[in-house]
This record gives sequence, C-alpha cells and structure tokens, in this order.
Amino acid sequence: MEKLFTTAFRIRTFESGGIKLYRQGLVRGYFHPSLGQEGIATGACAAIEDRDYIGSTHRGHGHCIARGAEIDGMVAELLQKRTGYCKGYGGSMHIADITKNNLGANGIVGAGTPLGVGAALANQVRGSDAVTITFTTDGATNNGTFLESLNLAAIWNLNFILIIENNQYAVSTTLEEATRDTDLYKRGEAIGVESHQIDGNDPLLVYETVLDAVKKCRSGLGPVLIEAKTYRHSGHHVNDPGKYMPEERLKYYMDRDPVDRARDNLIKLGKMSAEEVAKLEEEIQQEFDAAVDKAKNAGEISVEEFQEFVSAY
Amino acid sequence: MYREALREALFEEMELNDEVFIIGEGIAERGGSYKVTEGLLAKFGALRVRDTPISEASMIGVGVGAAIAHARPVVEILYIDFAMLGMDQIVNQAAKFRLMTGGEGRVPFVLRTQGGTGGGVAAQHSQSLEALFYHIPGLRVVMPSTPYDAKGLLKYALRQPDPVMFLEHKHLYMTKGMVPEGEFVIEFGKADIKREGSDVTLIAWSNMVPRTLEAAEALAEEGISAEVLDPRTLVPLDKDAILASVAKTNRVVIVQEAVRRGGVASDIASIIQQEAFYDLDAPVEIVAGMNTPIPFNLELEKASVPQTADIVAAAKSVLHADKAA
Ligand SMILES: Cc1ncc(C[n+]2csc(CCOP(=O)(O)OP(=O)(O)O)c2C)c(N)n1
Repeated sequence: MEKLFTTAFRIRTFESGGIKLYRQGLVRGYFHPSLGQEGIATGACAAIEDRDYIGSTHRGHGHCIARGAEIDGMVAELLQKRTGYCKGYGGSMHIADITKNNLGANGIVGAGTPLGVGAALANQVRGSDAVTITFTTDGATNNGTFLESLNLAAIWNLNFILIIENNQYAVSTTLEEATRDTDLYKRGEAIGVESHQIDGNDPLLVYETVLDAVKKCRSGLGPVLIEAKTYRHSGHHVNDPGKYMPEERLKYYMDRDPVDRARDNLIKLGKMSAEEVAKLEEEIQQEFDAAVDKAKNAGEISVEEFQEFVSAY
Repeated sequence: MYREALREALFEEMELNDEVFIIGEGIAERGGSYKVTEGLLAKFGALRVRDTPISEASMIGVGVGAAIAHARPVVEILYIDFAMLGMDQIVNQAAKFRLMTGGEGRVPFVLRTQGGTGGGVAAQHSQSLEALFYHIPGLRVVMPSTPYDAKGLLKYALRQPDPVMFLEHKHLYMTKGMVPEGEFVIEFGKADIKREGSDVTLIAWSNMVPRTLEAAEALAEEGISAEVLDPRTLVPLDKDAILASVAKTNRVVIVQEAVRRGGVASDIASIIQQEAFYDLDAPVEIVAGMNTPIPFNLELEKASVPQTADIVAAAKSVLHADKAA
C-alpha cells in the first residue's frame, strides 16, 4: 500500500517537476507526461519481480520509475547529461534503466509490443519463468503489430502481459473516431487470449489484476491482455493545451485521480496518518529537487566522445 | 554448397550457445524454402527452431526484442522484399537501441534473408535492397558470395553484439565451393581478393562475384589482368583493401546487381575518388542494375542486371583497351 502510493507520487512529482524544467527551457524535444495515468504503471510494476521485464511507450517516465529507476539518472537524462540513464543520447522518449530489465520507452507508437513478445520468447527459450509486461496505448491497438505480435505470444504460450493504457485519445483523435468498438480488450478475446477490462485509475485493482495475470503466465497459461481505462490530465505533450478534452469528462477523471486514491487508501486503512503521508511527500519532492541540482552540475558527453562512440557505425 | 555451409554455421553455433534460436516461415519441419534450416528442428527441438505465421513486422520485432533481452535470435525472412514490412523494427528499433541507451543496450540480432534476381520471380521477389540497410547507421550488412564466406561470416555474425543484416542470394544456394573442416570464422570488414590481377580492379559482392570472375577470365584471354575484390561485408567496409587494390591497378570497375541510383557502388566510387584520386588513371566505372523494378520476362530480367559481357566491356573501357586493340 505504501509502495503503491510512493511510486504513484514519485511519478507525479517527477513529471510535474519535469514540466517546469521544460517550461524553463532546460528540457528539449518532446515530453509526454502521464499525469492522471500513474495508477497503471504503479500497480503493474508492483506485481512483478526483478527477473521480469517491462517495455514501455512514448509516455514512459512512469513505467521507468515504477520499475525502480533512480530519479537522479532520470532527471539527468532529461537534462541531456552524461550521468543520465542513456548518457543524454536517449532523452524523454527513449528513457530506460536497462539494468532493470526495462526494454525502454519508444518513439514509435506500437513498436514496443513485438519487442516485448521477443523478450518473453527469449525467456521461454532459456527456460526462465520470467514474465514480460508491455505497456501499450489505445492508439497502438490500430497498428498491425498489435494483433500480429499478441497472436505470436498466444500460439507460443508466452509469459507475456499486454497492458493497454486506454487514455481515450491519440493526440486529439478520440477513441470513438479511431475504432468502432471501443472495448479494446475484445480484440484479445478474438484471438483466444484471456482479456480483461479494468479501471486503470485504481492502482490497487491494477496490482491485483496484474498479479493474477503473472501467476497465470508462470503456470503456463499466458499471455494475458489487460485494458486499463484511464484519462490524461493534460494535453498530449507539454505544449498541447488539450482544448479538445471536454471539461466535465476531465473533471470526472480528476475526481478519480489515481494518486489521490492511493493516498486515501493508505490513510483510510490506517497504515499511515495524514501527517506521515505529508512528510513522505515532502521527502519525495526533496529527492526530486536534489536530483535536479545534481543533474544541473553534471557534464555532458563531448563531441569527441560521441564521435568515438559511433565510429563503428 | 552455400546452403549447407549456412546450415553448418547455424548448427555449430546452436550447439555452442543455447541462446541461439531461429524463427521464420516454414523453417522448422520444412527446413525453409531454400533448405538452409533442414535438420535443425530434429537436433535442437521446437523451442529453438520454430515456424511463425505470416507476420513479418512482428517476427522481426520479436527477434529484436529477444536480442535486447540478451538472447541470440536468428530471424529468417523468406525474401528480402518482405523485410520491408519490418522496416520500423530494423531501422527504428534494432539500429537505434544501442545509441539511445547510451551504449549500454546491445542488439545481438541476425536477420537472414535472400535477395537478387534469378528465375523470373518478378518484381516483388527479385530486389537487391542492400543500399537501404547500408544507409542506416547501426546495422551491419553482410553479403557472402561463396560457401566458405557464408559459413565463416554467419558464424561470426552469431557472435556479434550488434544487429546484422545477413543477405544471401537466391542464385547462390546451390553454389559449390571449398569449406574447410574444423572451426573457423571470418571477421567483418575484411575484403577478399577473389582473383589477383594488375591491370584493373573489379569490385563485386554477392552473386556479382561469380559473374565478375567469369568476366575476369574472359579478360585474361585477351591479355588483361583483372583483380576481383569482394568486400564480403558492406558495413563495415574494408576501405583499406579497396584503396590498396586501386593503388596497384589504378583502374576500377564496381559491379552491383542493385539499381544504379542511390546504390552502394556510388558510395564506394565516392570514397575512391576522395581518397585515391591521384592513383586513378581513369574515371571509376559502375556497372549496375537498371533503374527499374525487375520484369517477369526472363530476357528482360537479364537485361536489367549486369551480365558478364557488361563487366568485360566496362573493364575494357577503363583501360581504353578498345582503342588499343
Ligand atoms: C508509428 C507512429 N505514428 C505516429 C506517431 C506520432 N504520435 C506520437 S504519439 C501519438 C498518439 C498516440 O496516441 P496513443 O497511442 O493512444 O497513446 P497516448 O499518447 O494516448 O498515450 C502519435 C500519433 C508515432 N510516434 N509513431
């Protein structure tokens, strides 16, 4: 319970802080926040172990943090520093701590699904019962590789869990515009894959559903598809005001904010007092601020080092 | 034979390393359309030799993902033409992962496929697309022309940490040639002089090598000594060997089956003119495929790619041998 809240709050802090850094001109390129969607990464990653794998989307900060990445390395990556997880070569859209069996964020919508099936296949070949979770998006379900690679996972009974983060938009295109049947989990059922639709804004429910899927996979009953419904709190990326998002709908989801729900759970169940939670939040904020200070003082890879690195290309 | 050499390479490497496995269409029971993987299923089992549905984009992606997760996948794509369905996974995933992860992530992935013309299989089954992959930083591009090279290079490919496009040729599978007993590998980036000569350097790869050797034979009958250089791997390219040969013969013809426009030959020519300009006694000549999709009609197919006579003529033209005769 405490972990669910800590992770969700850490993601929120990282992304809110990252947006500020972006607005100050310190972060470049694209920055896709997952504000409002933290429950999915948080719940799912809490259900797996070190030997398991995850793969991510273009909206990947949350997955990376939930998989156990240090905030230092992540902030440094945003600021293009050599101390960043990808030494400043990857950035927000490619962020990953690959030492944590994280296949990385991906700038190509839909591309992560076959990569995740590949990791699951590698583990099957080596006789490991490790599970691979791939996070994908509603937009990606209309890409051919979604069905192709889930089908491969199915015919090979791979330990593969595909989680659709259905935030109901692909940039400004609504789910209704992109597909006739908006119940995306049915696509898994159509090819014989156990499929669920759940409230993605409930971190505890995500955790329980994924935990069950992990058990099924480890006992040879994979793959499993989970459609987790959620909503973005803001536009597609930092520079998108998201004017196309109807106010009452946004309010509906704001009232079901996954971070608030994790906090309420924690307090209601008496695991922590409101004061203790406030102190925890303070600590997480300090962790982020310290990471920013550290990253600001870190160096960048020189052009000479870069040239040396790619000389074999 | 070329296809047996490839099979031996796969067999040996699969024995050496449990993490090597192969996926592709009809490669298990059937042994692949070109019979390269025959017998591997019986020896290594269905976990490591497996058939896939027709899902090229995902098969390639699955291979890349497995490689990122430290296995050693070989993905066999029936025709290079079908690799186009997986271009995202090759170009945006496999080729990029190492850099994007700051050098920490590696992609030990081998994509085996075949290309080139032959037998009237027409426009969508006859392409020579090496230039597409040559263009993408982060990929290795291998094009063996002999059984010996095929085996040594494939074994080496299976020990590489980076993605390898291993491009075979449909016309070469039945080629015979010496393959020594015992363990050997051929490093990437080492050209092979397939025939020594002193008057002109003929650079060719894949199925253009046997054709160029024929041309060299014909030239020899006319008293012209042609050197035939096979780079074997286009990336990395053995520039030193090319420049050394140019320094020796002072004349160059580059032969490629792929279309002329935007090809590897043009790039090699530009390297030569930049780095060996003063060694040249004549402009670099390129003999290449026409800028056309490959027609079905056999005579037209032949007309669209370099033939022995074209190579002979080009060699003579850089030697001004026509005038001398
Ligand atoms: C193959 C591909 N096409 C288009 C894009 C541009 N693009 C980036 S994000 C995005 C929308 C994605 O929406 P969705 O997949 O639902 O994910 P979300 O942003 O909602 O998390 C698009 C079209 C891309 N990155 N990759």
